[in-house]
Amino acid sequence: MTQIDYSQKIPNNVDLSSDKRLQRALEKWQPNYIDWWKSVGPTDFNENEVYLRTAVSVDRDGWAHFGYVKMPEYRWGIFLTPREGEKKIGFGDHMGEDAWEQVPGEYRNWLRRLIVTQGDTEPASVEQQRLLGHTAPSLYDMRNLFQVNVEEGRHLWAMVYLLHSYFGRDGREEADELLERRSGNPDHPRILTTFNEPCEDWLSFFCFTMFTDRDGKYQLLSLAESGFDPLARTCQFMLTEEAHHMFVGQTGVARTIQRTCELLNEHDGKDVREYGAIPLELIQRYVNFWSSSSYDLFGAEVSSNSANFFRAGLKGRAYEEKQGDHRALDQVFDMEMWDDGKLTKEEVPLRNAMNEVLREQYLEDCLKGVEYWNRVCERAGIDFRFTLPHRRFHRQIGMYSQGFFDPAGNPIDEATYEARKADWLPSAEDRAYVQSLMKPERRPGHFASWIAPPAKGINGQPVELEYVKLARN
Amino acid sequence: MSTTAALPDAPARFSLETHPDRYRHWQLSIEGDVATLRMNVDPEGGQRGDDYELKLNSYDIGVDVELADAVQRLRFEHPEVRCVVLTGALDRVFCAGANIVMLRTSTHAFKVNFCKYTNETRLGIEDASASSGLRFLAALNGTASGGGYELALACDRILLVDDRNSAVSFPEVPLLGVLPGTGGLTRITDKRRIRRDRCDAFSTLAEGVKGKRAVEWNLVDALAPLSRWDEEVGRLARELADEAPARGDRGVELPALEVAEEGDTLRYAHVELTVKRDERVAELTITAPEGAPATAEDAFAQGASWWALRAFRELDDALLRLRLFEPEVGLVLVRARGSAESVETTDALLAESDHWFVREVRHLVKRTLKRLEVTSKSFYAVVDEGTSFVGTFLELALACDRTYVLADDAVPVELGLTGVHDGVYPMANGLTRLRTRFLGTPEAADAVLARSGRLTATEVDELGLATVAADEIDWEDELRLAIEERASFSPDGLTGMEANLRFPGPETMETKIFGRLSAWQNWIFQRPNAVGERGALQCYGTPQSPEFDVRRT
Repeated sequence: MTQIDYSQKIPNNVDLSSDKRLQRALEKWQPNYIDWWKSVGPTDFNENEVYLRTAVSVDRDGWAHFGYVKMPEYRWGIFLTPREGEKKIGFGDHMGEDAWEQVPGEYRNWLRRLIVTQGDTEPASVEQQRLLGHTAPSLYDMRNLFQVNVEEGRHLWAMVYLLHSYFGRDGREEADELLERRSGNPDHPRILTTFNEPCEDWLSFFCFTMFTDRDGKYQLLSLAESGFDPLARTCQFMLTEEAHHMFVGQTGVARTIQRTCELLNEHDGKDVREYGAIPLELIQRYVNFWSSSSYDLFGAEVSSNSANFFRAGLKGRAYEEKQGDHRALDQVFDMEMWDDGKLTKEEVPLRNAMNEVLREQYLEDCLKGVEYWNRVCERAGIDFRFTLPHRRFHRQIGMYSQGFFDPAGNPIDEATYEARKADWLPSAEDRAYVQSLMKPERRPGHFASWIAPPAKGINGQPVELEYVKLARN
Repeated sequence: MSTTAALPDAPARFSLETHPDRYRHWQLSIEGDVATLRMNVDPEGGQRGDDYELKLNSYDIGVDVELADAVQRLRFEHPEVRCVVLTGALDRVFCAGANIVMLRTSTHAFKVNFCKYTNETRLGIEDASASSGLRFLAALNGTASGGGYELALACDRILLVDDRNSAVSFPEVPLLGVLPGTGGLTRITDKRRIRRDRCDAFSTLAEGVKGKRAVEWNLVDALAPLSRWDEEVGRLARELADEAPARGDRGVELPALEVAEEGDTLRYAHVELTVKRDERVAELTITAPEGAPATAEDAFAQGASWWALRAFRELDDALLRLRLFEPEVGLVLVRARGSAESVETTDALLAESDHWFVREVRHLVKRTLKRLEVTSKSFYAVVDEGTSFVGTFLELALACDRTYVLADDAVPVELGLTGVHDGVYPMANGLTRLRTRFLGTPEAADAVLARSGRLTATEVDELGLATVAADEIDWEDELRLAIEERASFSPDGLTGMEANLRFPGPETMETKIFGRLSAWQNWIFQRPNAVGERGALQCYGTPQSPEFDVRRT
């Protein structure tokens, strides 16, 4: 095996060049990772130069280093947000004790499970999105897709770093398996259902980065509170990158809306399909589908796992420091229970309701994005307003999955649900129509018929920049 | 701590009988010689109503009653079936084991009886394989944890889905502070013969072991990917079915037992159970009818109404009711009555016949006798006026803790030997009741076996088969004192003592499960580290973390 210059090849702030154990683990894993990227990543664009952001250090300037790079040569690094002073555990039964620098034995399995579940979503989304490059509505969007992809790849590296450094042999095995499961594969699917859903068109991709990556943000926020300090610091750094993914989603949907609004104004409210744009009602149905599918990712409303993770100090709430009592031991959560076809209020121990607490924080955040879209309509003088479906709508996990609800969360019977379903969720025709629009636009500065250009380019560059160099070198 | 615990209210009764048409938790389907039992537990179908939700295919006694019923029916009603596939109907989860909330909110006595019953069901699966050649394939289509994996361990072969996620696990010690109480620990060491250090690691790893390592450690026999799952299950089921010939082609339907409740008496066709609450004593009587079929064909023609099958199904039901619904009954007086000739005729069949149906009945009698021997009540066989302890009924007497024989020429009792004493009804320890009784004096067992036919009370006493033989003048007092004395002892002391004394001699997996594991499990279940306010079982699923008393006992 050739000697690797680790600081060059793998930018890091974890002292990789002197950590023999980590080097040895990564030496085995890294070639498999590259193989994985080349076989199920954005395969057909491996030879193209892409204008990408690379994190080369955690400094103000270092985390966003821009330049052209071929994706397989992307320098996937390992970064932890530097520690400030002495870290204490901020919640749960161990509150006030020193944060753990090593994995506490009693929580080893839980922690590994948390890390593996989080880690599994990162490569999954790359797999889900692997063919989208072919139908990108512009080079600008194509570049954003690849940026998201390489950063998901880096986030996988971050989780693998934790597995390799802190979990010994079974950590290495789990790291290997992160590359063996495949999104949508019937034999070894990704762990969470949403990450096995195909992401076949760009509206889905924008909705995915808006809603599903936002789940990721909230999971990372809650893990960034962890009493296991290396996990907390890893997640804190991942959050700086995750923000871009949500930017891609939120502005992508907004630009789609904007284009439709422009055409509605130009053609006096005629069916925008005639001009190759996406009707607002159809966009709303996509929003309904992807948001509700992402609600599921937070898990059951009442959960003993969530109570365990919180009391153990492994997974807190988002922005734990802003919460009230950090022990959350004697408090209750007023939960709307779905029981025997009725909604009833019930007090649930707060620790067991942590999934719901996090989902609530997430919903508030989503709502801001929806308001942003409505301002696009408002500015265009179009009186359509987008809504976020209720948390009870179209659930597959948790107690609400047992009933039928309209997007406002009102219980309805199955017949009504089935009759109205096509108004609320994308139909086969909707998907086919969106698919029919997925024609690549590869001229710099040009955009597909269904989407407006962005307000500005990446990193102060013009919108017309050739963000992906498609002519082979 | 208070010294006088309040006596528990009488436990709610429920039926121990069911039928596939009424199953709430299993789907039984049969295709040719392969049956499939698909576990699909109704979360709202808990035996105690709304007290707990049976999520993720977790089970309570109601679920296990259906499983036991299915296994029994497959043996009797479907002799054409050679392999049973046990699988799950849920996505990604095979079975999550016994329901924790149910356990936490049950009385200690119920938990013990629940464990016992579920163990008997699993041993029943193993008996069906060993005695009837009915092979079981556990097709684990998702994670099998705790009791879910223990159920798999009872099968002949275990196939686990290889989806990089599904595992087999014993999370009891790390998560709940208790043991895999349905024979789990014993089966991984003694049945699958897994290295003890690996068993140790496995049993402390809450998330379990999956994939190749599960095969390497022999926790499962094989893996199959989802895309080839049905094919592989079918192939293995075929392979297992081909191991043993079909037993018959036409089965014997098991109708519901007819039982009349009159006050404190349960009256079946051949069995009667009377509870005397004031004395905490139950009288259990089994009666042989006049006349019985002498050939296997005639017995088969009678089917479920053949008295031997009917009487022991009834006895089994009565024993379970005693265990579950009569916690305060401490002593059971067992009497056998009826035609000695009928028993002799029937025993000749049970001992000799190769007819599948007769063999099934023989094994059912065997299992019922075993059920009695792991029931935590004292049993006295009472050989008094009008009783008839011959052959199989004498085995029933030998299964009891003591035998009181009225030895008085003026009031003769019927006693006698048939061909069933030399291996027809082995005990859990693998020995006959005679060999177990005379463990240190095998010549005494030989002497009994050398005899045949009817015996007088005096002869029975001389052969060492009576605990106490008394004439009519002493009889009443002897028996009364023995009953009253028994009632005065600590019920716990008696339970432990009896469990120790009933299985002398060699250990088998079965004796270990009941004698060793159940005892440990039940001890742990009582301890503050499990059920105290901050015990692990108590805290599981709540916001509290457990706190242990760290002193080892």
